[in-house]
Amino acid sequence: MIDLAALEAEARSSLAEAGDESALEAWRVAWLGRKGRLTTVLRGVGELPADQRPLIGSGANRLKGVLEEAIASRQRELTEAASVGSELDVTLPGRRPPLGSLHPVTLTRRILERTFRDMGFDVVEGPDVELEEYNFDRLRIPAGHPARDMWDTIWVADDGAGGPRQLLRTHTSPMQIRYLERRQPPIRVIVPGTCYRYEATDATHEWMLTQIEGLVIDEDLSFAHLKGTLEAFVRRVFGADIETRFRCDYFPFVEPGAELGVRWQGDWLEVLGCGMVHPEIIADAGLDPDRFTGFAFGMGVERIAMLRYGVRDIRHFYRNDIRFLREFDQFRGTA
Amino acid sequence: MDVPLKWLARYVDWDLSVEELAHRLSMAGAEVERIKRSGGDWDQVVVGRVAVVEQHPNADRLRLATIEFGADEPLQVVCGAPNLAEGQTIAFAQVGAQLIDPSTREPRKLRKGKIRGVTSLGMVCSERELGLSDEHEGILELETDAELGTPLADVLGDVVLDVKPTPNRPDHFSILGIAREVAALTEGAVREPSTSYAESGTPAERRTSVEIEDAAGCPRYTAILIDGVKVGPSPQWMQDALSSAGMRPINNVVDVTNYVMLEWGQPLHAFDFELLRGGRIVVRRARPEERLELLDGSELELLADDLVIADAERAVALAGIMGGAESEISDATTTILLETANFQEASIRRSSARHTESGTEASRRFEKSLNPELAELAARRAAALIVETAGGSACSGIVDAYPGRSHQPQVVVTQRRIEQVLGIQPSVEAVRGLLSALGISNRWLPPDRFAVSCPPWRSDIAVADDVVEEIGRVIGYDNLPSEPLPGAVPDPGVDPERELSERIRDILTGLGLREVITYVAVEVNELALTASDSAHVPATVRLQNPMNAARDRMRNSLRPAGLRTFALNQREARGGLGLYEVGKTFHSRAGRQPDEDRMVLALIGGEMAGSVHGEPERMLDFYDAKGVLEQLGSGLGTVFDLSAEVQDDALASGETAAVNVRGKQVGILGKVAPGVATRFGVQGDVFALEMSIGALAPLMRDDATISSPSVYPSAVEDLALIVDSSIRAGDLASAICGNGLVESAELFDIYTGDQIPAGQKSLAFRVMYRSPDRTLSDRDVEKARRGIVRRLESQYGATLRDS
Repeated sequence: MIDLAALEAEARSSLAEAGDESALEAWRVAWLGRKGRLTTVLRGVGELPADQRPLIGSGANRLKGVLEEAIASRQRELTEAASVGSELDVTLPGRRPPLGSLHPVTLTRRILERTFRDMGFDVVEGPDVELEEYNFDRLRIPAGHPARDMWDTIWVADDGAGGPRQLLRTHTSPMQIRYLERRQPPIRVIVPGTCYRYEATDATHEWMLTQIEGLVIDEDLSFAHLKGTLEAFVRRVFGADIETRFRCDYFPFVEPGAELGVRWQGDWLEVLGCGMVHPEIIADAGLDPDRFTGFAFGMGVERIAMLRYGVRDIRHFYRNDIRFLREFDQFRGTA
Repeated sequence: MDVPLKWLARYVDWDLSVEELAHRLSMAGAEVERIKRSGGDWDQVVVGRVAVVEQHPNADRLRLATIEFGADEPLQVVCGAPNLAEGQTIAFAQVGAQLIDPSTREPRKLRKGKIRGVTSLGMVCSERELGLSDEHEGILELETDAELGTPLADVLGDVVLDVKPTPNRPDHFSILGIAREVAALTEGAVREPSTSYAESGTPAERRTSVEIEDAAGCPRYTAILIDGVKVGPSPQWMQDALSSAGMRPINNVVDVTNYVMLEWGQPLHAFDFELLRGGRIVVRRARPEERLELLDGSELELLADDLVIADAERAVALAGIMGGAESEISDATTTILLETANFQEASIRRSSARHTESGTEASRRFEKSLNPELAELAARRAAALIVETAGGSACSGIVDAYPGRSHQPQVVVTQRRIEQVLGIQPSVEAVRGLLSALGISNRWLPPDRFAVSCPPWRSDIAVADDVVEEIGRVIGYDNLPSEPLPGAVPDPGVDPERELSERIRDILTGLGLREVITYVAVEVNELALTASDSAHVPATVRLQNPMNAARDRMRNSLRPAGLRTFALNQREARGGLGLYEVGKTFHSRAGRQPDEDRMVLALIGGEMAGSVHGEPERMLDFYDAKGVLEQLGSGLGTVFDLSAEVQDDALASGETAAVNVRGKQVGILGKVAPGVATRFGVQGDVFALEMSIGALAPLMRDDATISSPSVYPSAVEDLALIVDSSIRAGDLASAICGNGLVESAELFDIYTGDQIPAGQKSLAFRVMYRSPDRTLSDRDVEKARRGIVRRLESQYGATLRDS
C-alpha cells in the first residue's frame, strides 16, 4: 500500500531545499509534472485493488492540492526575500474609493434621534402640508389669538375645491394631536420633520427648518420628569458637564411652559422649548387629565448643529455648497 | 418694553444687583433682553460741591473752582462756565473720566491739563459733556442731597430693563406688571398707586353717552369727563419718567394717558370734549369713503373693516391705534373726555397692519388681548393724575358701556394637582404669599385647595394649571426636582419607508455620494422642464405667500433643485461629482392634503481623476450610474432590473432605462437630456437615478429564509459567444442562468473587431456550475453546457466562439 504521508514528507523536505526559480521548476516537474511522482500515483489509482481505490484516490487528490499550495507559498517566500531593499514608496497616494457624506442636518438629526430612541422613544413623521386645524386650533391657537404671531405662516393657495385651509406646518407640534388620535398612554414619541416660517432670512433665521418634537404622556408625570429626561438628553448631546437651566416661557399648548438653556462657551443659549402638556389637550384626546399628565418639547435641528459645529450662518445648510458639506467630513469619527 | 428702574422703584423694593434682578425676571418668564444704562459710561464722575470760586490770574473769562467731592483733599479746576457759583452741587469729572467732547461730540478721556498756566485736575460738567443733552451754555447743577463722592450714575442715571413680553402676558407691557413680578420673586409687596379722586357735579352719563355698535370689536368703553383742566407742561417727575421709558412729553393731559398706559399696560385716549360734535361717542365700523386725519398728521382712507371712535357725525379716532387730529388736546382745551376702552385684538391687528408701519404703543398692547376689567382701574388712575397735574374737577361717575362683560369664574387648584404637575408640595403659606404678591387674590379652602381669581391686568389664569405655573415659575424651575422617566416603555411603531430612506442614505453615502437637502419650493416652469411627461405635468401644490414669488410651488419632483445644486458644485468637484437627496415630493389632491411621496434622486457626472498608479482619467458615464444602482441593490438585498422600454421627456432617449424590482417599476435611470441639463447650468453629461421609496418599500424582502451554501465543489468555465450586436447581454446572462446547474453567469469581456464578423460581437461569460447535492463530473458540466448553447443558438442565434 502506498504511504501518502511519507510521500508528502519527502516532497515538503525537498521543496524546502529549493532555493531559486530553476530549483522550484525542477521540483514541480519531479512531483507534479506529467511523469512526476504524484502524477504517477494518481494515474495508477485505477489499477489498485478495489478496496484501496477510494482511500488512495481521494488522498492523492488532496495531496495534489496541498503540494500546489506549498509550491506557490514557497514561491512567494522567495519573491519576498528577493525584494528586500526595493521597498514600496509608501508615501505614494493610495487608490481611493470615493467617500460620500450625510448632510449635516441628517447627521445632527440622527444624533438627536438616537439619543431619544435609547430612552425608549418611538420615532414617527407627519405631513409637511398640514391643516390649519391641527397646526393651530387644536393646539389652542385659534384664529386671532395673539400667539399666532409667534408663527408666521406660509399658506397653501386655495384650490377652489372647498377643502379646509392648508398651510406648511410651522412646527412639528401638530403630530402631538395626530399621534394621540391613534395611540394610548404610555406615550413616548419624537417627531422629526421639516417646518416652514414666513420669515425673512438672515444669519440666524431660515424659512425652512428641521424640528424634533417630543411627547411623553403617562400616569402622574411631573415637571421633574420633564427635567430629568431633557437634562439627560442635553448631557448626551453636549457632554456630561454641560450646565442647564429652565426658564419660564410660553407656548399655548403647554402649561407650565419653559425653555431649556445650556451654558455653551460661556453664554446661555436656548436649546429647546418645552412644558407640561396642557390639560385641555389631554382631555381633547379623550384621556382623563387628572390621571394622565405629561410633557412636550420641540427643538430646532439646525440650531443645535450650529451650536455643536460652530456654524455661524444658518443659510449654509440648504445652499448645499460642497465646500460647506465637506467641512463635516471631520466629524465622521464621532457623529 | 422699557422698564426704568427708578420708575419701578416707586412700586416695589428689592435688594438685588441689577444683573441679578434681570436674571430672576428672565427666569420667571419676563425675559430681559438687554440692560440699558442711560447717560453712558460715567466712571470717575461723582457728585461734587463748588467750595470756592476765584478769578483765573491770566484770563478774564476763566475762573478757578475748588471742588469738594468726598476725597480728603479738594481739587482745583479751571472752568469757563458763566453760571458757576459757590455752593453749587455739580457733576465732577476726575482725571480719567470718559466725557463727550463738546466740539467734536465724540467720547474723549479727560486728562490733567494746564490752562493759561494753571493746572486743572478735573472738570465741572455740562449736560453735553455728560451726553445728557445738547445743553452746553453752562454747567449742570444737580438737585440732589446725595453725599459728595457718590457716583453720578446713582444720582442722575437710570438703568432700563428691556423686557420682551410673551403673548400671554400683556401685563409685562407695564411697569406695575413687572413690579408685581419683582414683589413675588423677592417675597415683597407692591405699593399700589392711588386710583381715587374727588367726583363732583352733574353725573357724566347725563352730559355724554357712549354707544357701541360693534360689541364684538369693542367689549368695553368707559368715559370720564373732567372740566376746567389747564393744559400745560406736566410736572418734571412725570416728564422724566416718560423720557426714561422712551416717550416724549407733550402736555399734562396727554402725558397722563401715556404714563398710565406704561404704568398699567392699558392704553387711554383724551379727547377735547368741546370738539366732539353732539358731545357723544359712537364706536362703529368706518363708513364708505370715510376719512380721518390722525394725530401724526397722516390722512387715512378708512375701510369698512376699520373700527373707529366717532362723535355724532364723524370718525374722531382709529380705535385702539391713534387719536384724530381734530379732537386733539390743545392749550385751549378745558373739558376732556377720557377714553379707556377694550378692543378685540384681531380687529386692532388688522387695522394696525393696514394703516401703520409697525403699530403704535397702544395697538401693540391691544393686540395682546387685554382683560376688559382693567379699563376701569386705569381710567380712575388717569383721572386722579389729571386732576392732580392739570387741575380741574372730575364729573361724578363713569360712563361704562360694557357689552362684553362676562362672569370671571374662580379657579380652584388642589394641593394634589400642584404636586402632580410640579413634583413638589409647597406650603400653603408659600403659595398664598406668592399669589398675593402677584396681585392674584386667593383663598385657602381647607383641607386641600385654593380658590383663585384672575386679576384685571391678566387674562391667562383660567384653569388650575395656570395657577400651578405661577407657583412653579416663582419658586423657579431650577429649584424643582429632576427625575428620570418611570414606567413602561411603549411599543415602538414601524415605518418601513422611513427605515428604507435611512438605509438608502447610508448606502449612497458609502458609495461616495454626498447628501444634499434642498428647498421644497420651486418654480412651476422648472417642474415642467424636468417632468417625465411634459404633456401632462401633474397638478402642483401652490403656495399663497411663498418666500420667493417665482418659487411658489411645492416640488413634485426632486429634479429641478437637484440639477441646480449639481451645477452649483461642478466647479468645485474634483474626481467627478455625485450628489443625492432623499426627500418628499408633493402631489395635489383637490380639497385634501396632498400626497407626500418619499423619493430619492442621485445625480452623477464629471471627470473621474486618474491616479499615479496608471489608471487614466475618464468621464463618468451611464455605467457608473448603473454601478451605483447595482451596489444600492446589493446593499438593500435586492436586484434592480433595467428595461429599456420607457419614455421620460427629461432624460435622453436611448440612454434611459426603467428600474424594476421583480417586474415592478420603482424608478428610472438615465442621462439627463442635454437641453434640460443646460437650462440648469450643468456642464457636460449628468446621469440621474430616481426612485420612489414608497414604491420600493413594499418590495423589500423580510420573509425569505436563507439557503445553506452547497458543500460540493463548483466547476468554472468560460463561455464566449458570438451574437448579433443588437442582442442584449443581460438577456443572454438570464438564459444561461436558466439552466438548473448554473449558479452564476458573469459577463467579463465584450469584443468586436477583426476576428468577429461585422454587425456581430463576442460576449464572454464566466459560468459557475454547482449542484446542491453532489460533485459535478466533467460529463455533467459538458451536458449542461451543450444544453445552454443549444438554447442560445435557437433563441438568440448565438454561436460558440473558438469551437
